[in-house]
Order: sequence, then structure tokens, then C-alpha cells
Amino acid sequence: MFLYRARRTVKLGIKSLWNHRLRSTLTALGIIFGVSSVIAMLAIGEGASRTAQEQIARLGSLNIIIKTVKPSEEQSATGQQQSLQEYGLTYKDAERFRNNISNVQVIVPVRRTGQQVWYRNRKISAEVVGTVPWHLETAPVHLEMGRFLAGSDMDYKQDICIVDERIVDELFRFDDPIDQYVKIASDYYLVVGIVSNIPVTSSSAPEENTNGTKMQSGANAGNIYIPLTTVKDRFGEMTVQLNGQSGANIEKVELQEVIVKVSSIDEVLPTRDIIDTILSRFHKKNDYQIIVPLELLRQARRTQAIFSIVLGSIAAISLLVGGIGIMNIMLATVSERTREIGIRRALGARKRDIIFQFLSETLILTFAGGILGIVLGSAIPYFVTYFGKMPTVITGSSLLLSFGISGAVGIAFGLYPAYRAANMDPIESLRHE
Amino acid sequence: MIQHQSNRLDFSTDSEILIFEKLCKHYWLGQVELKVLRDIDLTVKKGDYLAIMGPSGSGKSTLLNVIGCLDRPTYGKYLLGGQDVSLLDDNQLSLIRGQHIGFVFQSFNLIAQLNIIENIEVPMFYQGLSEHASAARAKELAEMVGLGDRIKHRPSELSGGQQQRVAIARSLANDPLIILADEPTGNLDSQSGADILGILDRLHEQGKTLIVITHDEDIAKHARREIRLLDGQIQKEVRKG
Repeated sequence: MFLYRARRTVKLGIKSLWNHRLRSTLTALGIIFGVSSVIAMLAIGEGASRTAQEQIARLGSLNIIIKTVKPSEEQSATGQQQSLQEYGLTYKDAERFRNNISNVQVIVPVRRTGQQVWYRNRKISAEVVGTVPWHLETAPVHLEMGRFLAGSDMDYKQDICIVDERIVDELFRFDDPIDQYVKIASDYYLVVGIVSNIPVTSSSAPEENTNGTKMQSGANAGNIYIPLTTVKDRFGEMTVQLNGQSGANIEKVELQEVIVKVSSIDEVLPTRDIIDTILSRFHKKNDYQIIVPLELLRQARRTQAIFSIVLGSIAAISLLVGGIGIMNIMLATVSERTREIGIRRALGARKRDIIFQFLSETLILTFAGGILGIVLGSAIPYFVTYFGKMPTVITGSSLLLSFGISGAVGIAFGLYPAYRAANMDPIESLRHE
Repeated sequence: MIQHQSNRLDFSTDSEILIFEKLCKHYWLGQVELKVLRDIDLTVKKGDYLAIMGPSGSGKSTLLNVIGCLDRPTYGKYLLGGQDVSLLDDNQLSLIRGQHIGFVFQSFNLIAQLNIIENIEVPMFYQGLSEHASAARAKELAEMVGLGDRIKHRPSELSGGQQQRVAIARSLANDPLIILADEPTGNLDSQSGADILGILDRLHEQGKTLIVITHDEDIAKHARREIRLLDGQIQKEVRKG
């Protein structure tokens, strides 16, 4: 009985909306744009959030990355024309981590240096990464061909290297790099393996890139991995910068990076504190930085949640404006149809019948607007991704949310006009011209 | 005071459908109390054809509204089909209107967006009749008033006389106790007016109860009873035939 009435009321509503097609369409547009902007905004927010989280996740959530940073100038020796600056992480630090932290899985000391790399007559600049055989455990790199570093390479300071796919693409082009020699600085190295970067598709990927925070591809030409011991021998620990009049500036840095990987997520933060304590005891200068991807990840999630709320709220305001538009039109409709309301009341319509009649019209408008808004709102992120090269993610919850909000808007802004219609005096409304 | 109310009303021929006992209707205009209806006593039996006459300001319209359950009396009792309706709330009054009163207005009051069939269906919709049943009944009623061939037309496509015939068909939809007509020929030319009066006469012959409110003597002539209203009181009553 109720369903039957509801069905006929809806039919009646559609009919009277159809009688005012233009007006209905314009009114629904408010909701369409409101809903679609909520969806689009949330999709863009979610896309940005996922990207940020992916980038952080690439660092590895089980990893703690300690990086060398150059201390500020005031702390260095002053007044000297030619200065030797010694700072940064040392082999001793890595040693201390190994001795003092119980739950550590691996410790990877890394020394990196930018070098010119030659193959035949081609030259590119690449990052030479001096590292250890277990480097792969902390980095999202995958051995494609050949082998990675071995313990004996370290012991004998072998002149071998492993190149990543970017080096292969730019330096070797169509040649097979394995067993070829490349010239780095003034020495020749035998290529023994090729690695590729594993694309991280979701934030759950546990591995990470040793490049630390500058892991965006294309930032440098590529990585060449050689044994840490070889790097130390060939390139030393000094960098000399000639800066005009003031002469040479010599810096001595042992390690650019130490990556500590712990065995479970719960140990990440306590271990970070231990590392900080150890380092602060031995480093008088503020020459290191501890990066905890897990913490960054959590922070990024919080930030993105706020971002999404802000974007969503802005869009929700447009939905609100759409709702006000609907209310406006419904009030106009009600006063325009005063006489019809009077007739219906005289012919036996109860107040609630009138309420249902007008509320159903509003709800039909908002639901139709909501559905079209979802269609449009799902299309917008697609174009944003296609033309704006921005990642977007439409989540089911954002669809439900916006649809729910549009329904709520329909009820909220439809009730008052319907209520007003129902409470008009039937005698007065019958007299209304 | 409110007794158990049942929508099933049982009455035999000549039973009293409408009883007014000392019915008063007062309005407040600021500080002044306006006594529009004063101590009206009236009984209408099944099959009556009653004309209520009176000059403007005599309380005709108010009486119509009270009879039609659009308005409640201030004092006094109104029994419709044995049920005291002076104490019902708005919801119950709405149902009573739909069920027991068939309105015919001077300006027809058809809903412009609906076609003939749909207009006749409106009272049945609010009584919860099934779509199928109400469509069938509406078609039957449209044929009865001679508009069987125009059921898909909108009111604006019909002449005034035709529109009023639709309104009469609509008033019959729920087979009401009373057909309440307010100046039914007031907006019509004399030929159409005569047609409408003919239909009303026919309804009376079929045993329907009619109350017509008018100030036209010619219409009043058709009625069996004539009540003259003046200053909110029944001035005189004339019975014919």
C-alpha cells in the first residue's frame, strides 16, 4: 500500500518535473555540479595522496635512513682561506649501529659520488653508488641479468660494476652491457649485472630505493653500483671544490648514507631513537639527518586526510549552493501551485500526502542530479589524469558519500517547501488565483 | 467526547446524512469577533436536493466550507453520516472530505497538468484505490458525463461546460454522501449551465444527495428544498414537491 502510493507519487513527481523541463534541468545542474565536484576533488586529493604515499613507501617502511648533511658554515673552521671540512657519517657509526642495536636486520653503508661514465665514445654522468652485497635487501631494485656484488668483490676491491636500466638505455643503447667495460673517472670496470627499479604500485611495497628522498626517476642519469671498498680506494673520501678567490674547499665525507633495516614495523621508531642517541653522542656538529619513511608515511596520510577534507568541503559548499537553488525553485513551485494544492486538499489529500508529493519532486531532482553528477564526476578525474598528467583515484566511498550528501541535501532543502505547501490553508489556496 | 470512529457508515434511505446542531462559526478579526454563522440547525436526508441561497456576506461560503469539512465549526455539532466531524483533526478531515464529499466549484478547479482521466482519478488516489481500478472507474465516469472520447485531453482543451462536467465526474469518484456544488453554473453560458443543471437533476433522480450554493433563483428552482441565509442565520426554508 505504502509502496504503491510511493510509486504513484514518484510518477506524479516525474510528470510535473517533466512539465517544467528547463526549470528542472537547471535546478538539477546545481546538484550535478556539486556532486561531480565533490567526486572530482576527492579523486584528485586521493590521487595526490597515493602518489605521495607511494613515493614514501619506496623508501621502505622498515628502513631508517641516516644521511650525511653538510653542517652550516658557522660551525666550520672560520677565517681560513683553505679549509678542510670533515663531517658526516663514518664507518665507525655503522659499526656502532651494528654493535648497539639488537633487532637490526641489515645495515647498508653507502657512499655515492657523481662521475662521468664512458662507454666507447659515449659519455654520460651517473651516480656511482659504493655499496655492499646486501644492498638489494633495502632497495626496490631487482636483478635482471648477471649478478650483484659478492663478498669477494668487497675483499679484493674488484673493479666490477652493476648498472641499472637507465644506464643501459643511455650508454649501451642496443649493446649487451654484460662483460663490457665502462670507464668511470680514469678506471675501467667490468659490467657484471643489470638491475631494474621495481615499480612500486601500492603503499604496501616494503622495499625501497637507496636514492633516499631524491628517488624521482630522471633526476639523474642512473646508478652504477660498485663495491664500497673499491669506491673508497678509487675515489677517496675527499672532494675538492675550487671556488674562485678563496681557494680550494676540501671536504672529507666517509659515507653519504647508512640504511638500517629492522625486522618489524614496531621496532622502527624505538630504533630511530637509539640511533639518534648514538649519533648525538659522537657527532658534535649537526651533520646528519634521520629519515624514517614510516613516520613520513604516517605524516603524509594525516596531511592528505586534511587536504581531502579541505577539498571536499569546498566542493560540498557547491553542493550546498545547489541545494539552496533547489529550495528556491521548490518554494517558487509551491506558491505557483497553491491552487493545485488547495484542490488536492479538498479532494482528500492529507498534509502528509502533499509533503510526499513535493518532497518526492525534490528527491527525484537530487537523485537524478546525483546520478548524473557521479557520471560527470567520474569523467572529470579521467580528463585531469589525461590532460593534466595528475594521478587521480576515485574511491567507492567518495561516490557513496557524494550520493548520500545529495540525498541529504534533497531532504534538507525539500522538507521546508513541502512543509509549507502542506500547511497552506485549503480554503485560502482554493481562492488563490 | 470522541467516540470510536469507523469509516464504515451504514445508513438506509431517508436516513439523516447531515445534521447541524446549533452550529456557529466565529472569526477573530483583530479584537473583533465576527459571527459568520449563528446557531444553524439543519438536517439533510439521503436523496435531498438542497439549495442554499443568500446575498453575499450572508455566510454562504463559510457554510459551504464547514459542510465540506474544509473548516471546523467554532461551536455546535456537525454529524456527517452519523459521525461527529466537528472534533476530527486535519488528517481525519482530509480523509472524510475525500470519501464523503464531492466538490463542484464555480471555477471548475481542474488540475491543468493532468488530463481528464487523471483529474477524475485524483480523489481515488488519496483513498488508496489501485491504479487499475481507479482508471476503470474514471473512464466510466467520463463516459457518464459524455466525455468518453476526450479522456486524454487537458482541461485547457475543453470548453467551460465540458470542464464542469469533468469536475462533476470527479466529484462522483468515491461515491460520496454529498455532492457539494458552489455556483456550478456561475462561469458558464446559459446553454452549458442548463446542461450542467440537467446532469445534477439526473444525479438527484439516481438518488444522490446534492447541496448547491447559489444566488441564482433559476438554479434554486431545480432543488427540492431551498434555504435562505441572511447574516449567518437561516432566514427561511422552502420545501417543494
